[in-house]
Amino acid sequence: MWYGFPIRPEQASTIAEGIDHLYYFLTAIDLFFTGIIFLTIFYFAIRYRRRSKDETPKQLEGSLPLEVAWTVVPLILVVVTFVWSSSLFIRNSRPPTAATEIFVIGKQWMWQLQHPEGVREINELHVPVGRPIKLTMTSEDVIHDFFIPAFRVKKDVIPGRYTSLWFQATKTGSYHLFCGQYCGVSHALMRGEVVVMETQDYERWLSGSQKAESMAAAGARLYEQYACITCHGTGKGPAFNDLYGSQVKLQDGKTVQADEEYLRESILVPSAKIVAGYDPIMPTFKGQLSEEQILQLLAHIKSLGATERKAAQE
Amino acid sequence: MSTTAVEATTGVNYLNAKYGIRSWLLTTDHKRIALLYLASITFFFLIGGAGAVLIRLHLIEPQGALLEPATYNKMFSMHGIIMVFFFLIPSIPAVMGNFLVPMMVGARDLAFPRVNLLSWYIYVAGGLFTLYAILAGGVDTGWTFYTPLSTTYANGQVMAAALGIFITGFSSILTGLNFVVTIHKMRAPGLTWFRLPLFIWAMYATSIIQILGTPVVAIAIVLVGLERLLHVGVFDPALGGDPILFQHLFWFYSHPAVYIMILPSMGVVSELVTCFSRKRIFGYSFVAFSSVAIAVISFLVWGHHMFVSGQSVYAGLVFSALSFAVAIPSAIKVFNWTATLYKGSVSYQAPMLYAMGFIGLFTMGGLTGLFLASLATDIHLHDTYFVIAHFHYIMVGGALMGYLGGLHFWWPKMTGRLYPDGWARFSALVIFIGFNLTFFPQFMLGYLGMPRRYAVYPAEFQVLNVMSSAGASILGVGYLIPLVYFIWSMRYGPVAGPNPWNAKGLEWQTPSPPPTENFEELPIVEEEAYAYGVKEAHVG
Amino acid sequence: MADGHAAALAEQFEDLEQQHEASSLGMWVFLATEIMFFGGLFAGYTVYRGLYLAGFDAGSHLLNVKLGAFNTAVLLCSSLTMALAVRAAMLGKRRELITFLVLTILLGLTFVGVKLAFEWHRDFEEHLVPGINFAYDGSNSRAVELFFVFYFFMTGVHALHMVIGVAILAVLTWQAFRGRFGPERYNPVEMAGLYWHFVDVIWIFLFPLLYLIGAHH
Repeated sequence: MWYGFPIRPEQASTIAEGIDHLYYFLTAIDLFFTGIIFLTIFYFAIRYRRRSKDETPKQLEGSLPLEVAWTVVPLILVVVTFVWSSSLFIRNSRPPTAATEIFVIGKQWMWQLQHPEGVREINELHVPVGRPIKLTMTSEDVIHDFFIPAFRVKKDVIPGRYTSLWFQATKTGSYHLFCGQYCGVSHALMRGEVVVMETQDYERWLSGSQKAESMAAAGARLYEQYACITCHGTGKGPAFNDLYGSQVKLQDGKTVQADEEYLRESILVPSAKIVAGYDPIMPTFKGQLSEEQILQLLAHIKSLGATERKAAQE
Repeated sequence: MSTTAVEATTGVNYLNAKYGIRSWLLTTDHKRIALLYLASITFFFLIGGAGAVLIRLHLIEPQGALLEPATYNKMFSMHGIIMVFFFLIPSIPAVMGNFLVPMMVGARDLAFPRVNLLSWYIYVAGGLFTLYAILAGGVDTGWTFYTPLSTTYANGQVMAAALGIFITGFSSILTGLNFVVTIHKMRAPGLTWFRLPLFIWAMYATSIIQILGTPVVAIAIVLVGLERLLHVGVFDPALGGDPILFQHLFWFYSHPAVYIMILPSMGVVSELVTCFSRKRIFGYSFVAFSSVAIAVISFLVWGHHMFVSGQSVYAGLVFSALSFAVAIPSAIKVFNWTATLYKGSVSYQAPMLYAMGFIGLFTMGGLTGLFLASLATDIHLHDTYFVIAHFHYIMVGGALMGYLGGLHFWWPKMTGRLYPDGWARFSALVIFIGFNLTFFPQFMLGYLGMPRRYAVYPAEFQVLNVMSSAGASILGVGYLIPLVYFIWSMRYGPVAGPNPWNAKGLEWQTPSPPPTENFEELPIVEEEAYAYGVKEAHVG
Repeated sequence: MADGHAAALAEQFEDLEQQHEASSLGMWVFLATEIMFFGGLFAGYTVYRGLYLAGFDAGSHLLNVKLGAFNTAVLLCSSLTMALAVRAAMLGKRRELITFLVLTILLGLTFVGVKLAFEWHRDFEEHLVPGINFAYDGSNSRAVELFFVFYFFMTGVHALHMVIGVAILAVLTWQAFRGRFGPERYNPVEMAGLYWHFVDVIWIFLFPLLYLIGAHH
């Protein structure tokens, strides 16, 4: 707030203040140089105004020292900005490994949020304060974007793949959630609220909410329903224990990490990556499983053991 | 510049040399083609501007004051498509470039006059397709046509609009081709590269971008059309395609495209500050090389439009660094223009007011680019009103002011008439004030978190929106006034002599309006550019 | 001047040399835009080939390498005849010029004819035309369809360029017949030659990329 006039959203996450500081720095640079240029032009225009019709001023060709100066100074400024911004960005791009994972499915024109315990929300996201939350997101149709101004986070939500963002809320309250990528006629209505609660209130809310089974339990049910055990429990297909996050060796010699993208692809396009030592006999489940069900299966597979991931996910 | 004697004219010039509509529609005279372009881009500017008026009126109220969301979405899409492809990109190159490039290099016409006429017809054809798209219901994908929205989900005239843009792209390519060849091969004797006016350097750099960038967006658009038509999965993930590939192909052109829009304006500003300070440009070679550097680096930064699209951290770092780099040559130019006024003889006619406004507003808007090149802040600012404010500062506060400044500067040359300078200065002021009132609040809206392309918005954003709309009404008036006095001047304006501004430059060595063949005898150049006085030694 | 060797100096140029240089530079700049145009397509193809190697290989195997190779040879010959035509124009040998232009046209038409009548016709019969009658049995049919989207689009745009080239050569043949070319004025033939060679070079890239790259798997 500046004399009661809002200039920034609330600072409700761990990264918000840092971003705001960088913003103030850039604003200061902008206003400073704009001011200098405007004032200098103004001053020169008046001081050197034409006084007689046939005036011929001295012709100054140039000045190498000046050119160097006004190349180097901006260069230093942008390097400083780049380093500051990039280190903030790199630091902010990595979720803490102990982050609670919540799943987001965007579709025209609503947000569906899935807590691992099974609670489902539409256009509202309840989270506990002070705990790192990682959102794994996909879209069912066009590109959307998950934007929480108060947390200073934003990420596109893309059909056919998973993207993720993380945040740690620092203040209880209710904050805007916007769709930030134009997605059709009701793009402006694809909004919601992120409700940050004290930890006990959150636990109470979680256990009191209308609950379906947990995502992992739903996934286990799907595993049975679609008879995955026929191959994956008999050695005809790779086993799932400790699979998530591990390095998988493929038939063509390459090694990939078994992350969400890999698991999702293996369900929908099994022929894309064949694990070494197995036959390419898995049928595709495209068209048979919704994005939500795929996420549930993934939760089930993760519950069977996971390897610590070393590399940063985006 | 010394030239051989300019013969007294008998009153025959390119405007009255031949009469009749055929002599205009089948002309190969670059000056007439420039006027054909002037008429058509003004037409599209008014349409795009009408879209802007409706948008700002609608946004006075949080629930939308005027339009259904579906209509609003079409409005901002058409505003973007028309302003980008049918106004900004052609504007200075097609009007001032066409008129001046041959004259400034001392030639009788461009290298390929018939290709020049063809490029106007192509522009018109593309414009007609786009007009059809508007009249037949409009398109609501945004001017960015992101997939799979545009390929699979959007209803509306996507194909017609895409076709219109595709066709017009060739106009841009051919114009650029013509300029490159003309500047390389048709310079008058004695006119070496480093004696060229900086406007020519700017047009050259712009042409490089037009030539190399436009074909890539053509491919992107055709693939979107193919996908829509044949239901194949080039960009739609449900059919096996990659939606991000579209973004890469699209932005590979569309980022350099914004430099197509600003570089010519920078060239105009170089001409204006020198003439109205009566001084050589400060740091000629630095300004010239900066134009080329901007053109080159502009091809390397497109990923900064995609920082939140899921690209890797490393890609983000590379694009961020390069995006910062492209700011440096622009800064060099701003400082050199400012230094040109130092110890000059400054006068304040309308063209100079536009130039000074440009320098200040471009500085401000350009520096807001740093907020967006900076990864950490861009995450928050991407797809908000901050971005809209940023590019409008550059496109409207920069490019459009440069265009108007140039129009006011060369109007006497093109028409042989003077316009009332008092009104011109007044409207420059109105435009400057209206512009800042319109777009400065949008920076604030952006940081507060208001996303772009929103037909309705949370009530807390209303105050800033109303301020912006109020400014827009002032800005609109500012643009209409020149329309009136320019048209008035064509009939009633005092006759302009060959050089009403006492400017240097080959174009001012001809009568106003010039004869069809530009020069009775081709000039021989023996002076540096902007030789306004005796050259002094370098400042220490 | 009414005689056939009248060198037409366009109004905007000072002399023939300037005109010649401007035309040449113009053609090179135009070819640069074409490189960017096809380059965008090549980039898209490369990306998808990386993503869907199996499908693209399968698609590639469905192409007729022999016909493709034949067409490549036809185009290479046509570049030879084109180069000889340019030489004939330079030397003022009218009959040779016409002969080689006609040969080039015939070879170009052969290329397009083989493509349309044999390759594409057969692809149509085998239900490999996306958006029209594509039907492929296999787990990676989407990728194969994508391959064929690129195949038809790239070879189609290339064929379009060939047809335009043939039309240009036809006009030049007529002009040659009328005696418009000679040692002082052969630039249009030279420029057409540049264009023709460029279209040939595009094919030299297309052929391995589309037909051969999966051959060794």
